[in-house]
Amino acid sequence: MEWSDIIYKSILVVCVFGVSLVVAMYSTYAERKIAAFLQDRLGPNRAGPFGLFQPLADGVKMFMKEEIIPDVSNKALFIIGPSLAMLTACMTGVVIPWGPDFVSESGKVYPLQITDVNIGILYLFGVVSIGVYGIMIGGWASNNKYSLLGAVRASSQMISYELAMGLSIISLVMMTGTLSVREITAQQASWHWNVLYQPFACFLFIVCAFAETNRAPFDLPECETELVGGYHTEYSSMKLGFYLFAEYINMFISSAIIATLFFGGYNFPLIYKYVTDPMWVTIVGTMVFFAKIFFFIFLFMWVRWTLPRFRYDQLMNLGWKTLIPLAIINIFITGIVSFWKEIIALF
Amino acid sequence: MEALTNRSKIVSNKEMTFLERIYLPAILKGMMITLSHFFKKKVTFNYPEVKRDIAPVFRGQHVLKRDENGAERCTACGLCAVACPAEAITMVAEERKPGEEALYREEKYASKYEINMLRCIFCGLCEEACPKESIFLTDRIVPSTFERNEFIYGKDKLVEPLEENKRIDISKRQTAETLEFKKNKQLAHNILYPKKALK
Repeated sequence: MEWSDIIYKSILVVCVFGVSLVVAMYSTYAERKIAAFLQDRLGPNRAGPFGLFQPLADGVKMFMKEEIIPDVSNKALFIIGPSLAMLTACMTGVVIPWGPDFVSESGKVYPLQITDVNIGILYLFGVVSIGVYGIMIGGWASNNKYSLLGAVRASSQMISYELAMGLSIISLVMMTGTLSVREITAQQASWHWNVLYQPFACFLFIVCAFAETNRAPFDLPECETELVGGYHTEYSSMKLGFYLFAEYINMFISSAIIATLFFGGYNFPLIYKYVTDPMWVTIVGTMVFFAKIFFFIFLFMWVRWTLPRFRYDQLMNLGWKTLIPLAIINIFITGIVSFWKEIIALF
Repeated sequence: MEALTNRSKIVSNKEMTFLERIYLPAILKGMMITLSHFFKKKVTFNYPEVKRDIAPVFRGQHVLKRDENGAERCTACGLCAVACPAEAITMVAEERKPGEEALYREEKYASKYEINMLRCIFCGLCEEACPKESIFLTDRIVPSTFERNEFIYGKDKLVEPLEENKRIDISKRQTAETLEFKKNKQLAHNILYPKKALK
C-alpha cells in the first residue's frame, strides 16, 4: 500500500466518522421536528433559524451537566459501558460503500468504501452484537435495579432479534452468493434491487432493525413509564449523551445497511444515462444513497411516533414464534426457487 | 341495567382474523393517519410573537382606574378585599390631605393596595364588588417571574398611568348588562355628588 492510499483512506475514515456524527446529531433535531409535526406541533424553533442550532445547544447542555458516578457502582465498567456503545456504533460504517467508485483520469480507482472485507455482512453482525455489551455493562455497573432490568431486557431483546435478522439475511446471501457488501451493492445495478427479489426478507430485516436499535415499537429497554430510564438511569452528563448518541448513530447505520442490502445502495435507474462524467457519477450516486438513508431514518421516526410500545411477552413471541419461523420458511422458498431445475431433474 | 349515556359500547373478545393478527394493515393505516397530520395546519404557535385570540371579556391583570381628571377612583372601602374568595387583596386606607384633591377623588384613599397574583384566581368578583368603578380586570396576562415576592403587585403596577394616551382601555369588560345597570338612576352610586348635594 502506498502512502497516498493511506492518506486517502485516513481522509475517508475521518469523513465517514464526521458524517455519521453530524447525521446522528441532526437526527435528534429531525426526530423532535417530525414528532412535533406528526402531533400538530411546531417543534423546536428557538435556537437559530428553524431551531437548527438546537443539537448544538443540547450538546453544550450535555457537557455542562454534572458528571455523577454512583458510589456503589463499578467505576471502571461504568465508564466502559457508554464508550463501548459509542465505539461499536461508529465501527459499523467501515464496510458500507458510500458511493460509486471514483475513477481518476490516470485510471486510479478511489473506492468510497473504507475497506471491502470479503465477509462484510458477518463483520456487521459481529460488531452489532458487541453493541449489546455496552448496554449490558452499563446497566450492570450502575448497581441499580432499574438499570439492571433495562439492561436485561435490552440484551435479551437484541440477542433474540439478532437471530431473526441473521436468518433473514441468509436468504439474501443465498441469492447473491457473496458476503461482501460491495459486491451485493454492485449486483443491484439500476432496477435490480434486492427488495424486488426478496421483499419478505427485506420486511423481516427492517422489523429486526427496529428491535436492534431499540427504537419504538420495540423500545422496551428504556421504556420510561416502567423503568425510569432503562439501562441508563444512573447516567448523567456526556456519558448519557454517548448512549443516546449511539442510538442515533445506530439508526443511521441501520438505515444505511437497509439501503445497501435491499434498496440498491448508491444505484439508481438511469443514473448512467444522464450522468457520464465519472466525478458526477460518484457525487450523484452518493447523494442518491444518502437520500435513501434519510428516507429510512424518517421511516424509523415515523413508526416511532405512530405505534405504541409492545408488551414484553408480545415482543418475545413476535421474535421467536413469528419472525424466526418466517425467516426459515423464506430460506426454504429461496432454496427451492434457486435450485428449481435441479429439483425437477431429480424426479 | 339501563345505560346512563348512549356512548357505552359492548366489549367483545372475538378471535382476531388473520389480517388483524398480523397487524400490518392496521399499522399501515395508523402510519397514514400520522402522515396526514404531518401536513396539517399546526395548532400551536410561536407564543410571544404570535398571540392567541382571547375573548373580549378576558379576565387578566387588574387595573386601578383614574377618573376623567386623573384622580384615583379607589376610596379604600375594602369591598373588593371582602369579596375576594382567594383573599388576594390587601390595602391600607389613608385620609386625603388638603392639596391632594387632584390625586385622589374622595376624602379617603388607599395608600397601599396590593394584589397577590399567585393567590388571585381572576374570578372578577372584586370588579363586581367595587362601588366606585375603580378596579377592573383587563386582557393583559400577568407575566411570569422567578421570584415569588415579585408577584405581589402594589399600586405602582396596578394604578393606570396618568397620561391620557396611556390609560388602560376597559371598555371591552363593560358588557351590555353592566351598561344597562348603569342607566338605572336609582343604582347610580358612582356619581361624585357636589358638596352641597350631600347635605
